[in-house]
Amino acid sequence: MEAYTALRQFADSWGLMGMALFFLGVVLFTLRPGAEAQAKEAAQIPLKED
Amino acid sequence: MNYVSETILLAVGTFLALLGAAYAYDSLFAAHMWVLFFVLLVSTVVMLRKISFASAGQASKSRAESEYSDEVIKYGVIATVFWGVVGFLVGVVVALQLAFPDLNIEPWFNFGRVRPLHTSAVIFAFGGNALIATSFYVVQRTCRARLFGGNLAWFVFWGYQLFIVMAATGYLLGITQSREYAEPEWYVDVWLTVVWVAYLLVFLGTILKRKEPHIYVANWFYLGFIVTIAMLHVVNNLAVPVSFLGVKSYSAFAGVQDALTQWWYGHNAVGFFLTAGFLGMMYYFVPKQVNRPVYSYRLSIIHFWALIFMYIWAGPHHLHYTALPDWAQTLGMVFSIMLWMPSWGGMINGLMTLSGAWDKIRTDPIVRMMVMAIAFYGMATFEGPMMSVKAVNSLSHYTDWTIGHVHSGALGWNGMITFGAIYYLTPKLWNRRRLYSLQLVNWHFWLATLGIVVYAAVMWVAGVQQGLMWREYDDQGFLVYSFAESVAAMLPYYVLRAVGGAMFLTGALLMAFNVTMTILGYERRETVPGAAPALQPAE
Repeated sequence: MEAYTALRQFADSWGLMGMALFFLGVVLFTLRPGAEAQAKEAAQIPLKED
Repeated sequence: MNYVSETILLAVGTFLALLGAAYAYDSLFAAHMWVLFFVLLVSTVVMLRKISFASAGQASKSRAESEYSDEVIKYGVIATVFWGVVGFLVGVVVALQLAFPDLNIEPWFNFGRVRPLHTSAVIFAFGGNALIATSFYVVQRTCRARLFGGNLAWFVFWGYQLFIVMAATGYLLGITQSREYAEPEWYVDVWLTVVWVAYLLVFLGTILKRKEPHIYVANWFYLGFIVTIAMLHVVNNLAVPVSFLGVKSYSAFAGVQDALTQWWYGHNAVGFFLTAGFLGMMYYFVPKQVNRPVYSYRLSIIHFWALIFMYIWAGPHHLHYTALPDWAQTLGMVFSIMLWMPSWGGMINGLMTLSGAWDKIRTDPIVRMMVMAIAFYGMATFEGPMMSVKAVNSLSHYTDWTIGHVHSGALGWNGMITFGAIYYLTPKLWNRRRLYSLQLVNWHFWLATLGIVVYAAVMWVAGVQQGLMWREYDDQGFLVYSFAESVAAMLPYYVLRAVGGAMFLTGALLMAFNVTMTILGYERRETVPGAAPALQPAE
């Protein structure tokens, strides 16, 4: 198979799925129940010092 | 002794530039190398004068290690203000050149040469210096660590100024590789790559030696900007030089692949330089100025990932109805529309940071500036996806509507958030109680805002009229207007556009004055705008 065709097929199958899953994982990880307290703390970082 | 290796390197560079001028393959390269030679020569002399022969004191060294390195940021703030004024001034000049073609002074000051000077000056010189300076400031404060790499930050600053000077003089000489927002030829591109890698090292090194366990979200945006710009810059500028001592090079890509590479770069320069980097600014300076944490930290993280996952695919919308395959055009359009979500999520996050402190819009002109910036971010990221829809694009493309859209984003979002950051940084960096004058900030705010409104509104009308004139057929199937007629019809709009730009420039001049007076330590006696009047005690 031509390199272009092979790459193209990989991109719109496994590549696409991998990226979509990674993105979903990041969003779910950010919204997990335990993250809220951690996020509150992180949001204070700029205000901690001048 | 200090600065020994730096001075030696500069002297060697000066000599190499001289050799480049002597053995140049073409006369343009020789002229450009003479420019480089004189710039480096002056730098070498300045460095020689700065050398002190005393042994480096151990005490001063350990003291310096315990502080943030802010000196380079001060230079960055001054450079931002300077290049901002230059870039806006050149913008007004090109606007007037379009309205009054007699102002095209051949050969160096033609519109074709001055326009890239304007775009590069505002995007890379003004915006780039603002990004480098604020990222150095923010990363130190949020990591609670001094900048990594000692004098490397100075190399990044001065190396970047050299890139700007070489790019600008190259445009005026007529040296260009004709790629939008990437006009400098191969040897200037190589230099920028070196500077950018050093920038990445300083930034990443500071993050790695941080004392704060968590990496604050502003740093994610800055890092995303630095890494992606490195990738975009290298791939877009892959080219084969005709000679190693000549200006001309040929792109590694051909035809439609070349066009797509160009706009993959071009649109992501907007997405990662003008959006991600400046969002880093927003996520630090807005909470600082209103003294409240960001509205939702988790939304800011989702904002980051959604933005970088989607923006990278939006480039093809610049090539609607061209030789680019249809599926690629549709892909670009779909991803542009999906970008609405992260963009508006980020806008809401920025605006809602003020919840409970909305009164600051009335009392603090700097907050007002930042809020206006975020509002323009929202408006420009609404307009952009709409224009990427093929049906809308068939009217808007190649017209002045696009120019209006770019300027509402660049002047409104990038300009205003940078002004806000500069007004925040100047008293902090120079240890002043406050700015020289808050009333001048207020003047700047209104001049800039009204200038943008004039500019954008005029360009909407101009663009829609142009688009309609170009596609107007009579009942015989002939075009009603010649192209020259549509150009002539633009005169009133072009004059008004120059007026809007001049207002924006005037605001920037006020800022330059205000910042200068603050640095010099003056305070103007004035009532703070919006402050409650002093009440008399009842007797």
